[in-house]
Amino acid sequence: MKLRKLAAAASLVAIGLSGALTTPAFAAEEQFFPLLVYRTGAYAPNGVPWANGFLDYLKLTNARGGVNGVKMIWEECETGYATDRGVECYERLKGKHGGGTAVQPLSTGITFALTEKAPVDKIPVITAGYGRSESQNGAVFGWNFPLVGTYWMGADVLVQHIAKKEGGFDKLKGKKVALVYHDSPYGKEPIALLQERAKMHGFDLSLLPVAHPGVEQKATWLQIRQNKPDYVFLWGWGVMNSTALKEAQATGYPREKMYGVWWAGAEPDVKDVGDGAKGYNALAMQHGAEPDSKVVKEILEKLHAKGQGTGPKEEVGQVLYMRGLISSMLQVEAVRVAQGRYGKGKRITGEQMRWGLENLDLDQKALDGMGLGGVMRPVKTSCLDHMGSAWARIHTWDGKKWNFTSDWYQGDEKVLRPMVMLASAKYAEEKKIKPRTPEDCKK
Amino acid sequence: MAFFLETLLGGLMSGMLYSLVALGFVLIFKASGVFNFAQGAMVLFAALAMARFSEWIPDWLGMENLFVANLLAFAVAVVVMFVVAWLIERLALRYLVNQEGATLLMATLGIAYVLDGIGQTIFGSDIYKIDVGMPKDPVMMLESVFEGGILINKEDFIAALIAALLVISLSIFFQKTATGRALRAVADDHQAAQSIGIPLDRIWVIVWCVAGITALVAGIIWGSKLGVQFSLSTIALRALPVVILGGLTSVPGAIIGGLIIGVGEKLSEVYLGPYVGGGIEIWFAYMLALVFLLFRPQGLFGEKIIDRV
Amino acid sequence: MFYRENGQFKTSYKADQQAFAIPQDRWAIYAIVAFAFIGVPLLVDEYMFRAILVPFLILSLAALGVNILVGYCGQITLGAGASMAVGAYAAYNFLIRVDGMPALAAILLGGLVAAAAGIVFGAPSLRVRGLYLAVATLAAQFFWDWAFLRIKWFTNNASSGSVSVADISLFGWTISTPTDKYLFSLGILVVFAVMAKNLLRGNMGRQWMAIRDMDVAATVIGIRPMYSKLTAFAVSSFYLGVAGALWGFVNLGSWEPAAFSIDRSLQLLFMVIIGGMGAISGSFFGAAFIVILPIFLNQMLPLVGSLFGLEVSTALVSHVEVIIFGSLIVFFLIVEPHGIARLWATGREKLRLWPFPH
Repeated sequence: MKLRKLAAAASLVAIGLSGALTTPAFAAEEQFFPLLVYRTGAYAPNGVPWANGFLDYLKLTNARGGVNGVKMIWEECETGYATDRGVECYERLKGKHGGGTAVQPLSTGITFALTEKAPVDKIPVITAGYGRSESQNGAVFGWNFPLVGTYWMGADVLVQHIAKKEGGFDKLKGKKVALVYHDSPYGKEPIALLQERAKMHGFDLSLLPVAHPGVEQKATWLQIRQNKPDYVFLWGWGVMNSTALKEAQATGYPREKMYGVWWAGAEPDVKDVGDGAKGYNALAMQHGAEPDSKVVKEILEKLHAKGQGTGPKEEVGQVLYMRGLISSMLQVEAVRVAQGRYGKGKRITGEQMRWGLENLDLDQKALDGMGLGGVMRPVKTSCLDHMGSAWARIHTWDGKKWNFTSDWYQGDEKVLRPMVMLASAKYAEEKKIKPRTPEDCKK
Repeated sequence: MAFFLETLLGGLMSGMLYSLVALGFVLIFKASGVFNFAQGAMVLFAALAMARFSEWIPDWLGMENLFVANLLAFAVAVVVMFVVAWLIERLALRYLVNQEGATLLMATLGIAYVLDGIGQTIFGSDIYKIDVGMPKDPVMMLESVFEGGILINKEDFIAALIAALLVISLSIFFQKTATGRALRAVADDHQAAQSIGIPLDRIWVIVWCVAGITALVAGIIWGSKLGVQFSLSTIALRALPVVILGGLTSVPGAIIGGLIIGVGEKLSEVYLGPYVGGGIEIWFAYMLALVFLLFRPQGLFGEKIIDRV
Repeated sequence: MFYRENGQFKTSYKADQQAFAIPQDRWAIYAIVAFAFIGVPLLVDEYMFRAILVPFLILSLAALGVNILVGYCGQITLGAGASMAVGAYAAYNFLIRVDGMPALAAILLGGLVAAAAGIVFGAPSLRVRGLYLAVATLAAQFFWDWAFLRIKWFTNNASSGSVSVADISLFGWTISTPTDKYLFSLGILVVFAVMAKNLLRGNMGRQWMAIRDMDVAATVIGIRPMYSKLTAFAVSSFYLGVAGALWGFVNLGSWEPAAFSIDRSLQLLFMVIIGGMGAISGSFFGAAFIVILPIFLNQMLPLVGSLFGLEVSTALVSHVEVIIFGSLIVFFLIVEPHGIARLWATGREKLRLWPFPH
């Protein structure tokens, strides 16, 4: 009896679903983006604004008439920051609507897993501001694009900044720097660079790991209280950042001496600490919170005023929202570049998208045109340099909002390049990859 | 020396906070033999309720007073936890009486999923704030004795006091009230308790309610310390070594266990950590518990289980 | 009617003691295995292979390992993920540090190392039991999580702590396409399942079951608890280690310790308990249930929502997904605490009489 009922229910559902599935959703020229997002779980407070910004820019592109008339379409899939779910999402979405154009997982773990699959599926993996630092080398990592920033570059800028504060690199000798990091591949990325820099300038680097998700840091901060480092670098994500700030307050470590990476420098990290985080500094991956920028005003006007925006209005222009927006913008612009070569107003494939990403050239005029003037600097990528821009600056929390407090810095090529080459050569050897030559790039 | 004392104190205070969560485990295990893996999810759920209601209630009623708002939110959160407790008993555990430990453990994990999902659906998955007026800045003590003094975290100190208060009131409840005695009777022997007319179903609901309230207190303290969001549910994992060290069936065990674990993990991290690369506190806590277990397999204060053939 | 044993007479001990004594069972198993090897690759698309079937096969193997320990020897473990991690990282080190090491050998050696680690961390089971043991095994979980993050030698000094391997090959067969991966995992799973079946019917398996059912009585009849508990830990960890190595080499290709976190351990225990403790088929049922259900829910819910004209947000979908997932687990435990395998067994009993129940 029970079984019969179940079977009846199941067949009903099946009939309904087949109806839903066959609804045609095909128009002529559409560019499909699989969206791997996380709006639940331990890292949701940070994942949500990023995803909203990302989505809003795609919507804005459509409101502006698409890229030469080609509409952006997308489908979201929730990864929960879990690698296996992320891979499943990717597999599910990559073939839909004629194939995914590019994928941005916003998770170092998922990035590592997708790096394996990208060359097979021919879908570029864009990791604006995260992922492997050595994937900047396009010769080995043909399908990875750590656009606008890698962790090594970020750490390098931080060191430059404290050197400037101290009055020169030679003054760093004997200083103590502590790195409080998320105990995962993400948090460990900057260590190699910081060790290199520590060797160069003779400062003392101590490493303090914090276990996922980072809600228990008492011992870490007791150690900081004991060692009294001159600077603390914070390489956290999600709740770990606000906890670190609270513990810093509880142990009386001056927040002015704390510097976060760009993933530790947004509103969710400081919001519920409030005044306790006053004076805390963080890297700005080019942009900071940009409520006054033109693009934000355009989004408010074209999307949110009509009730088509994603997420709450107050979020538009916040740091992580802008990060999502810029990540989205970069891929849309790459589509534009690729269309320039492979046919305007046509859908492009993942392989053509890669060409677009490798020939991205956003000058000041282009940025101004998009309403991003003053938000970021020009970006120019090439076949061998998948980062495109190595500039960053520092912003500081004043208890209510983020303000820029430094000039632009550029990551030092003399330090970064050899490290990137060495690490990517090792990867190439491990995975038996033959690096691309400049001739290959011309294809 | 001063630093050692500081670490010790810090350890004792985190230990008290672990005990708060551990208490929830012990209460339920004692009365129903369920190893409640959902305790962490209950802490999160309670904290979310508290945080959100203290935000919503002033909006609804149009008042400003933070204290009254918090009080009302607390009351509502208590009611919410009672409903949760009742539902858990009514919908799940009632049907699982007399199952094996492992089955019950899995059932509570299932409940944890449900609570996580419902909590985030109703209350949202952003990071929220509980502001019960906890002081955040540290104070220095004994400055005349040690150079630089000893840093005491006022917030932790108050939290530890609240934990101690909760334990005392729970002890009174268990020792002096009729319901408390009935609870202990059920814990000792289900069938004997039933035969003298103690209604098992109701007792279990009460136990889950009490566990719900400890979850709420733990949630408020941890939430005001860390901010309320999903990761709060993972502190249950930090409380597990406390429970097995203290013994699954002992309330004082949860407190002593908490203190031992708190001190052990902080001292190990600070003094041993730097030599092996740091980040050892979580497994060290488990190892510590394990070492104790090797000498007393039922925990420090747990009841000795006698196997009969 | 179709599933009848009447008239099947065993004329030798050998026939009576074979793994599948009933011909219908035997033929069904052969048919399933044949279909898995030949039919599935012809029918299924790439998404099914990569996202569902390969994870399902590897996690079945892991669940089998957990079942040996939990279901057959009665020792609860929450450290299964750690054994997988040990297997994966050990295999990785064999592969890159020994020149010309065949991948299959590295995987099996990884399993052996995991077995050794399992014996060490299984030692407390000699004194501690039940839930105390379960929590004690978490010590192994957290220790190995830490060790693979911290000790650089294990990860070949990778700056980020994550490792990756190139496509592996087996006697000249390079395993790169999803179909290859599927067949490779399936091959290993079948071999290991047959091994488990025979192991459990033999002396060792019977010792484990004696320990599980009543350890004092088992000791009285001359079973050494230390020997049999530790062998159970070793064999279980061996299975888990091989599964972990496969998970890293075949399914992920590059991984970090988080791939084998406490969540993985809980997931495996779920599979065994939902699937059925003490039944080999239970491992497969459990793995299927736990792997497929969340993915199924995640894809169905928006469609169900659209039937009623509702736009369901991604966040809501995943919330509802975990709610339904959790409720189903509780529901299953209430309806059949002994797992899906028991439901299957009950169904088989009914099938013997069907369609004439009287």
